[in-house]
Amino acid sequence: MFGKLSFAAIPFENPIIMGAVGGSILLAVVILSLITYYRKWTTLWKEWLTSLDHKRIGIMYIILAMVMLLRGFSDAILMRSQQALAAGMAHGYLPPGHFDQIFSAHGTIMIVFMAMPFLVGLMNIVVPQQIGARDVAFPFLNSVSLWLTAAGALLVMISLGVGEFSRAGWSGYAPLVERQYSPGTGVDYWIWAFQIAGAGSLITGINFLVTILRMRAPGMTLMRMPLFSWTTLFTNVLMIFAFPVLTVALTLLTLDRYLGMHFFTNALGGNIMMYVNLFWIWGHPEVYIVILPAFGVFSEVVATFSGKRLFGYRSLVYATAAIMVLSFSVWVHHFFTMGAGPDVNIFFSITTMLIAIPTGVKIFNWLFTMYRGRIRFATPMYWTLGFLFTFTVGGMAGVLLSVPPADYVLHNSLFLVAHFHTMLIPGSLFGFFAGYYYWFPKAFGFPLNEKWGKGAFWCWMIGFYLAFAPLYVLGFMGMPRRMEHYANPAWQPYLVIAAVGTAVILIGIIFQMIQLAVSIKHRHAVRDLTGDPWDGRTLEWATSSPPAVYNFAKTPVVHDIDAFADMKEKGIAYSPPDQYHDIHMPKNTATGLIIGAMAAVFGFAMVWYIWWLAILGAFILLLTVIARASDDGTDYIVPAAEIERIEKRRYRQLTAAAANRPADGPAMRQSLAEM
Amino acid sequence: MTIDASTIDTFARKEIEHPDTVANHAFGFWLYLMTDLVLFAAIFAAFAVLSHNYAGGPTGKELFDLPYTFGETMFLLFSSAAYGLAVLAMYKGKKNSVLTWLGVTFLLGLGFISMEVNEFYHMILSGNGPQRSGFLSAFFTLVGTHGAHVTFGLIWMVTMMGQVVIKGLTVPVQSRLMRLSMFWHFLDIVWIGVFTIVYLMGST
Amino acid sequence: MNQAHIDTTGASRGSFKSYATGFILSIILTVIPFALVMSGTLSEAAVLCGIFAAAIVQILVHLHYFLHLDTSSAMRWNVLAVLLTLLIMTLFVWGTLWIMGHLNYRLM
Repeated sequence: MFGKLSFAAIPFENPIIMGAVGGSILLAVVILSLITYYRKWTTLWKEWLTSLDHKRIGIMYIILAMVMLLRGFSDAILMRSQQALAAGMAHGYLPPGHFDQIFSAHGTIMIVFMAMPFLVGLMNIVVPQQIGARDVAFPFLNSVSLWLTAAGALLVMISLGVGEFSRAGWSGYAPLVERQYSPGTGVDYWIWAFQIAGAGSLITGINFLVTILRMRAPGMTLMRMPLFSWTTLFTNVLMIFAFPVLTVALTLLTLDRYLGMHFFTNALGGNIMMYVNLFWIWGHPEVYIVILPAFGVFSEVVATFSGKRLFGYRSLVYATAAIMVLSFSVWVHHFFTMGAGPDVNIFFSITTMLIAIPTGVKIFNWLFTMYRGRIRFATPMYWTLGFLFTFTVGGMAGVLLSVPPADYVLHNSLFLVAHFHTMLIPGSLFGFFAGYYYWFPKAFGFPLNEKWGKGAFWCWMIGFYLAFAPLYVLGFMGMPRRMEHYANPAWQPYLVIAAVGTAVILIGIIFQMIQLAVSIKHRHAVRDLTGDPWDGRTLEWATSSPPAVYNFAKTPVVHDIDAFADMKEKGIAYSPPDQYHDIHMPKNTATGLIIGAMAAVFGFAMVWYIWWLAILGAFILLLTVIARASDDGTDYIVPAAEIERIEKRRYRQLTAAAANRPADGPAMRQSLAEM
Repeated sequence: MTIDASTIDTFARKEIEHPDTVANHAFGFWLYLMTDLVLFAAIFAAFAVLSHNYAGGPTGKELFDLPYTFGETMFLLFSSAAYGLAVLAMYKGKKNSVLTWLGVTFLLGLGFISMEVNEFYHMILSGNGPQRSGFLSAFFTLVGTHGAHVTFGLIWMVTMMGQVVIKGLTVPVQSRLMRLSMFWHFLDIVWIGVFTIVYLMGST
Repeated sequence: MNQAHIDTTGASRGSFKSYATGFILSIILTVIPFALVMSGTLSEAAVLCGIFAAAIVQILVHLHYFLHLDTSSAMRWNVLAVLLTLLIMTLFVWGTLWIMGHLNYRLM
């Protein structure tokens, strides 16, 4: 009836896990109680959970990412503290099996459930506005993607208290992940969470490609598109080509585990190494998926806060295109040591080195943008500057690793770990944070507190260096990754410093939480009435903050790069339309949420071998899809009169804002005066 | 698509307020088909790597029945042609014709699946199921994934026949029929790869 | 009853002739490779070339006659998508075969 599931699945004997589970449940209860107390269930359902508004979906993605950041970071604290303690005769407090689950969960969560939702969230909030569109091409599929990702995250979170997580790392190499060597539920949780979230990402890829290629405002040729939209375009190309291969790798493994097939087994004709090959064919483009949107954010931030057009727009576009194409040709550098031989290794070594070149071009373009600009040191700029230096250094470590003989010494050492965290944290995460600070006023109508933001930045920056610089050294000293305990006491001081770094980052995260609370508390005093708090250059700053559900009452016409800056210079930035028209918008629907829920049910049932439940979940999912596909009444009309009312209120706000800030936006006052 | 500023007023007004959802859906579906191509490519790659891992079990040559495979191929090809006739009827607004040809397509597709299930059944019964060897795991998975796609297509087809009956040949229904058409022809293309690389190559 | 017609905006529609041509060509291009293999007369290399050539041509026939792929501006992005997909597929498949072949040779 319940497959393998029983009360024995709950690890009552493990106090750390029980503490984490208890804490999570308590937190959930608190949140649910608060929602009930403030009577927000209807609002939550109608305005958020069933919304197909890309801006709302984007915000929910980022909320998911931030929650999972806390979970993944908790794993990091556990690992760093364990390694700081477990030298020589001491064994720390985490047994090896538990430690293995922690590093596996940490990687899986941070890549799949933190970085991906964060970047997809930013893309969702920003891109349709940047290209002058009213929504993405497929708003319903957008909702499906969100809820599939959330379903995957839910499975990972459930695995903490019911059963266990995988011990085979986030990359799950065969044959360790085969049923023979990992008979428990851990690998299955990992497979289904990954697979379900991957489906969500694939759908997002298709969605944004059609949006960008077919829904740009008139006059916005591709070469007039903002850089963040360009990087989104390239990221989504990577997504649609890479994720199917991950689907295959995970499916073949699933077939091995569930049906006893022989793709990656030791015996009867399996090929273990093929798993590694297939996984990294996805895995390498994935890391570019995670970094390109951050590059896009940096392009926007650098241009805006230097008060200048981006230097070398064309070369930035071509460089990113080159990165995109090359990223499909480097994957073997993740397994130089698997034994393919010099011919193969040299080919992929050269392609890996090549990919550093366009990245360097981008760095120089950003620097030249800042040169002779009037730089404003707002928080997003801090994150950008932190990125520019640190990422470059970490990138050089990558070039070192791209030399196969060097990689033979350093593969799977802490040098590697330090390298990729330098790419991911000062690269991706700082970019996402910069985007979060930059676009927060657009999404919510009030900015984040600068003081706490800068404090958070310094904690992250200093904390990052303390946490990872020692790891570069330890790599050279020969320490492998993923060690729950080690014999060499010479390594311990470095690991202690690294643990201190983690603590400093923790303070940074606390600052960010305080920042959010403080900003929300003071939001009325600092409300942004113009929609353009940074004197932005691109079209998303032309809408109100937060924008109306339809973004633009009248689709803007674009004449140049930095369309909004161009409009402001010409004094036409805020001209109201002569006439308002009805606008079609998608209706809210719970269908996406139901699909996500059924996916989670299916995944859970498959993990525990509850076959009837899996079939039921899949069947309901299929019926839901068919029902939606037969529904032709999915839109509603926002009447012109309603739009006029909303827009007139906006113009009143703009006039009031222009009056209050006489030194600001002469263009704004001029165009308002002409109304 | 770029729009010259001088033509914006007349052309754009129609374009902006009513985004071309039919074309967007068609293009989006095309992109999905591209991802499916990559999916199949990865499974083909796995098949190629495992294609000689017989583990002491049977080879393709011993298992495959080429006339049988030819028969399957004809079922699928004829069903593609039948769907083409359905689309032509759709352009002419002939609802009953559409239903007839969709029905023919469905039956031919069902014929293909039946032959494939039969082939799998007999192989499994004689101990040559996917658990026998890496080669057979790859065979069953590659051919089976294609078969699963065809099966989903058949479910979709039944759904569409229902929609044509209930709603008639409205624009949304036609748009979905076009997407199913793309899917169905695409599956025939993948089958060309399957019969060439799996059956024909495996039999030389 | 809404009998509005779908506007394929510039993309070419099929005609009976194009479907029929595609169908006949496909039958021929299916019979040839099966005959080549089943007859067993030619050398293995010749047979392999033959069946691959027939497959490629038949795929192109399907793309053009059934999926209406051509060089018109309405189909431009579709063609680009197919070409890019083929490039990626080739890279992945050829790369996999090369890498796994090397690994098999050196390690098995």
